[in-house]
Amino acid sequence: MLSIKNLHATVEGKEILRGLDLDIGAGEVHAIMGPNGSGKSTLGHVLTGRQGYEVTAGEVTFMGQDLLALAPEERALTGLFLAFQYPVEIPGVSNMEFLKTAVDGMRKHRGLEVLDSVSFMKQAREVCKRVDLDQNFLKRGVNEGFSGGEKKRNELMQMMLLEPHLGILDETDSGLDIDALQLVASGINSMRDSKRSFILITHYQRLLDFIEPDHVHVLGAGRIVRSGDKSLALELEDKGYGWLESEAV
Amino acid sequence: MSDFIAEALQMVPAEAPDWLSEQRRRGWSSWKSSSMPTRKTEDWKYTRLRALEEGAYLDRAECQDPSSPALTALRDQIHITGLDARMLVFVNGFYSPELSSGEVVGNMEVVLFSEADETQVETIRSHLGTVADRDKYMFTALNDSWLNDGVFVHVKQDRKVTTPLHVIWLTVPQREAFSLSQRLLVVMEAGSEATVVEHFASNEAQQNSFTNGVSELVLAANARLCHYRLHLEEEHALHIGGVHARLDRDARLNSFHLGLGSILKRLDVVVRHEGEGAHCDLNGIYLPRHSQHIDYHTCIEHVRPHCTTKEVFRGIISDNARAVFNGRIHIHPDAQKTVAELRNKNLLTSNKAEVDTKPELEIYADDVKCAHGATVAQLDDYALYYLCSRGIAREHAQVMLSTGFINELINNLQHPSLGEYLKPVLGGLFAQQVTQTERAE
Repeated sequence: MLSIKNLHATVEGKEILRGLDLDIGAGEVHAIMGPNGSGKSTLGHVLTGRQGYEVTAGEVTFMGQDLLALAPEERALTGLFLAFQYPVEIPGVSNMEFLKTAVDGMRKHRGLEVLDSVSFMKQAREVCKRVDLDQNFLKRGVNEGFSGGEKKRNELMQMMLLEPHLGILDETDSGLDIDALQLVASGINSMRDSKRSFILITHYQRLLDFIEPDHVHVLGAGRIVRSGDKSLALELEDKGYGWLESEAV
Repeated sequence: MSDFIAEALQMVPAEAPDWLSEQRRRGWSSWKSSSMPTRKTEDWKYTRLRALEEGAYLDRAECQDPSSPALTALRDQIHITGLDARMLVFVNGFYSPELSSGEVVGNMEVVLFSEADETQVETIRSHLGTVADRDKYMFTALNDSWLNDGVFVHVKQDRKVTTPLHVIWLTVPQREAFSLSQRLLVVMEAGSEATVVEHFASNEAQQNSFTNGVSELVLAANARLCHYRLHLEEEHALHIGGVHARLDRDARLNSFHLGLGSILKRLDVVVRHEGEGAHCDLNGIYLPRHSQHIDYHTCIEHVRPHCTTKEVFRGIISDNARAVFNGRIHIHPDAQKTVAELRNKNLLTSNKAEVDTKPELEIYADDVKCAHGATVAQLDDYALYYLCSRGIAREHAQVMLSTGFINELINNLQHPSLGEYLKPVLGGLFAQQVTQTERAE
């Protein structure tokens, strides 16, 4: 589904990703861990095409397409979704209008009929319930005045409505209390199937208690320095990242 | 260059009610002794009147046939669904009974100056020209000198009028460029309540009109007025004018302004708090594009103590357009315990767009709470990226962000039906803009 080869990327002239390789098959869940500044979030933004995140070498294939040649909106339509670590507040644009615009576009792209307002509203309300957000959040400005946890749940809601092939969750667990964490985890688990894949970017092993990854990778200085199964996460929890970095050098 | 001062004097209408002659004479002499502003005139520093001088708006407005196709089309456009207002329509300055509609509301007197009875004339005379200062605002002097008619709105003591009054001034092109005058006087007696929507519209871009508009709002003690002034005129409709309000004790004015493009538009909004405890919410949006120029000068005079003002103006300036915003809050020595806040935010959507914004606080009392601020920014790249990352096309995302920027004000309008009316109009404007930018690229 996603194949990253020797990816190099710079942000403001500084090289953050330095030869990253990663292959993700359909239906797999990969966790990416690593210390601050190792390039975890950068990877998410590079994949979704954020301005200023410049790819200097390497290639990325997603769903058989050259991902890097696509505009951010085309990448989304192809089935890539990034749950932002810091979702943007957009006052004046209602969450409902935002969601409907996004879902309409996605449905058109997939050759499905666009839902009328009433049916969409119904669907949006159901998803609201699944992520335990009050329906009032649909009327409010996008993320406007949402708490950290509410923003994360709003991200999850968007993912549920857009039904991507690959969901990248950038520290979706940060700042969540244990109840919210379980809720987010069960939301993600409910979306898991043999075709849909996930990349979980996280600092903490505890998310992986709830979402069992197929693979765990450790990012260090812009490359994957170690890959393993879920036991690697436990090992990291125990030892920290220091031992890996010294090993990588 | 032509001498607009002298030319304008040639256009004084021949006929007018006698009782207006004093007012006209004063206007005449004030205008005659004024001179056209230059770059050195502080109040006109960023707004040149070249378009007015070169446009030779020398013809008088003519009465139009209400059944003309242009007016039939406009008739549908101006109707605000859900507002359930009484509509009073003027075409090129002339009252059009054919286009007007709605029930006469018993609680609100609405009459043309030319048709006012003796008692009404008395009330008009005691208020007209007492709020708008002709010596300070030269175009008010011109309006006075051209005065031959106007709209008088009167709400008697403690009357609460629920049906809004929707006054519409339409302009359609004439053979030669022409000038017209608009005048409104609203007198709200103590404890009264009403809503007045002033709405300016034109039928196509190829306008050749210059409108000189003056509205005066008089709010007696504890009166409440919800006021809108919507400028939806197109490209070549010049407009210079203003809204001047005086608030007595505990009066409340909620005034919303919208300015769409025109090659020259200058509006002075002046509110005087002359009674303790008066409050004013003043909000506005300006959206110049192409080579348009919109200038809002607001001035709040806090004369008495315990008055409050909340003012928010937002502008989106596109293409080669230019906006000027000057927001002055003047706290007089006696105005202790004033609470005043002024915010101005601007969004530039092109490299060639320009805005000159200046919030001005002038404080002569020591126990007041005042805040002001102005910002100029471009569309937020991160927000654009966020929307695009959900599959929304960049152009569409730009429209959403622009709309969102002003929706914060539109969504808070006291009459949601007005918001519903304006949203598609403004949305269409942004969509158009994006298509044009795309083409240009």
